[in-house]
Amino acid sequence: MSGQKTVSRDDVLKMAGLSRLQPAEDEQALFARQFQDILGYMDTLASVDTEGVEPLYSVALHGGILRDDAAAAGLGREDALSNAPLQSGGCFVVPRIV
Amino acid sequence: MTDICSLSLAAVADALQKKEISAAEAARACLDRIAGTEPKISALLRVDGENALARARALDKSGPDASMPLFGVPVTVKDAICTRGLATTAASRMLEGFRPVFDAFAVEKLRAAGAVILGKNNMDEFAMGSTTENSAFQTTRNPWNTGKVPGGSSGGSAASVTAGQCFASLGSDTGGSIRQPASLCGCVGLKPTYGRVSRYGLIAYGSSLDQIGPLARSVADCARVFEVIAGHDRRDATSDPRPAGGYVAALGGGTLKGARLGLPREFFGEGASAEVRDACAAALRAAEGLGAELVEVGLPHTRAAVATYYIIAMAEASSNLARFDGVRYGRRAEGARDLEELYARSRSEGFGTEVKRRIMLGAYVLSAGYYDAYYRKAAQARRLIRDEYLAALDRCDVICAPVSPETAWDMGTHNADPLRMYLMDAYTLSLNLAGLPGLALPVGKGAESGMPVGMQLIGRAFGEADLLAYGHALERALPGIGLPAL
Repeated sequence: MSGQKTVSRDDVLKMAGLSRLQPAEDEQALFARQFQDILGYMDTLASVDTEGVEPLYSVALHGGILRDDAAAAGLGREDALSNAPLQSGGCFVVPRIV
Repeated sequence: MTDICSLSLAAVADALQKKEISAAEAARACLDRIAGTEPKISALLRVDGENALARARALDKSGPDASMPLFGVPVTVKDAICTRGLATTAASRMLEGFRPVFDAFAVEKLRAAGAVILGKNNMDEFAMGSTTENSAFQTTRNPWNTGKVPGGSSGGSAASVTAGQCFASLGSDTGGSIRQPASLCGCVGLKPTYGRVSRYGLIAYGSSLDQIGPLARSVADCARVFEVIAGHDRRDATSDPRPAGGYVAALGGGTLKGARLGLPREFFGEGASAEVRDACAAALRAAEGLGAELVEVGLPHTRAAVATYYIIAMAEASSNLARFDGVRYGRRAEGARDLEELYARSRSEGFGTEVKRRIMLGAYVLSAGYYDAYYRKAAQARRLIRDEYLAALDRCDVICAPVSPETAWDMGTHNADPLRMYLMDAYTLSLNLAGLPGLALPVGKGAESGMPVGMQLIGRAFGEADLLAYGHALERALPGIGLPAL
């Protein structure tokens, strides 16, 4: 099963779109080849019998702690904006969307 | 005091408390050591010398304090862990110049305990890699042989500790990133139980796998740092509320007499090189000599662990790294006409190749039509792997296994073949899937390569005190590998 998967450049571009990435031309061919190997290897998982096994998404042993719904100080505006590459009037700046 | 830098953390902390040396002297000695060794190993992305010395002088002014167990002790921190006001990049161009406005929980704890932070350690970009060669900025070298990799992703931390640049470092371990570089550099590294150390302020990679932990030159030194950073933090919902502590105290009672050491046959087979198997076998014979009993255990789903791990880690990475949008922090592409273009161009400029690979594969395994075959299937396999560990730990007190199938390899060896590199993590990553603690310690040097060989002790959830006690006893039974001449 391993290695039989085919990954085309179009597949790579679809994955890039989902990821908000634009790989360069030479990267696309490289990724297609590497993804074929890697996904081919991951396909070996199909041979593991998981019939009726409940997925394990978290290994935290406590049930999850919800904090009290109480107001608490967060980051101030100045701190929150301090690493913004572009800001104006106390806000983050994004390209015009309407 | 001839060479402060080669003292143990325990000894330097003691000398600082007794005012035999000042915090400024300790910091100065480490900064000098850094200046002398960095040209050879490049373990640090940033040295914060002036602030470190100012902090040390302030500590000297206030005087030793017995309630500060790391009073004046110089340490370094992996660059994935936020330090307030000190640039933190995760070794990525995406975060070049990023200055956190808060400290990570573990860093807060270090500072409160009196530690002096000297700088930030190099790593694989966003902790994605096994050699530190994936850093966007520089390549760290193994202090034992500068032609070889230090391991990764916390390779800078392991190299700093081994080279005597600091007395301990904080690393993070998602699939072996503390234990494997510790093993390849010949120092000690502890990957705590999932939830034992808060991940608050750790730049997230695989959130169900990530843990912060210490690297140091001995088990006892690791225990001292772990004692400081373990504990509950309400800012991390996965942080466990049960009480932490007693790790240093537990060392004194450490004995291997009567201990049942579980040897998983899957870890001692053909996969490991002969020199790694031989060094581990010698350590196990030493343990037997101290009265330990060796028990064979089985972890048959180990064969599925690499695929399971990479599916889960990549899925979580694709989700976690969606936050880098060029808007709130990090790199922003110039001249984008709309939001979509801003996202795609900022991310394409900021992320390196391995990070892009993992994000894209992560998006794929989570996408409609593939989710069940990959992500859900991996989560099911994860339960099988975890349950097998728990069953094995019913039959023994601690599991022993090699950390890396090979000693440190030549730089550039596996870079063209990512799958081959992923397979090198086969012995470490199943522990993160299971959420259990693992302690890596050097057990000797490879007969062929002359490079350090590490073995990991794997324990029950929240069993760090036992793990450290066993590790301490084993360490004392072994001849030790010394420190590299640099």
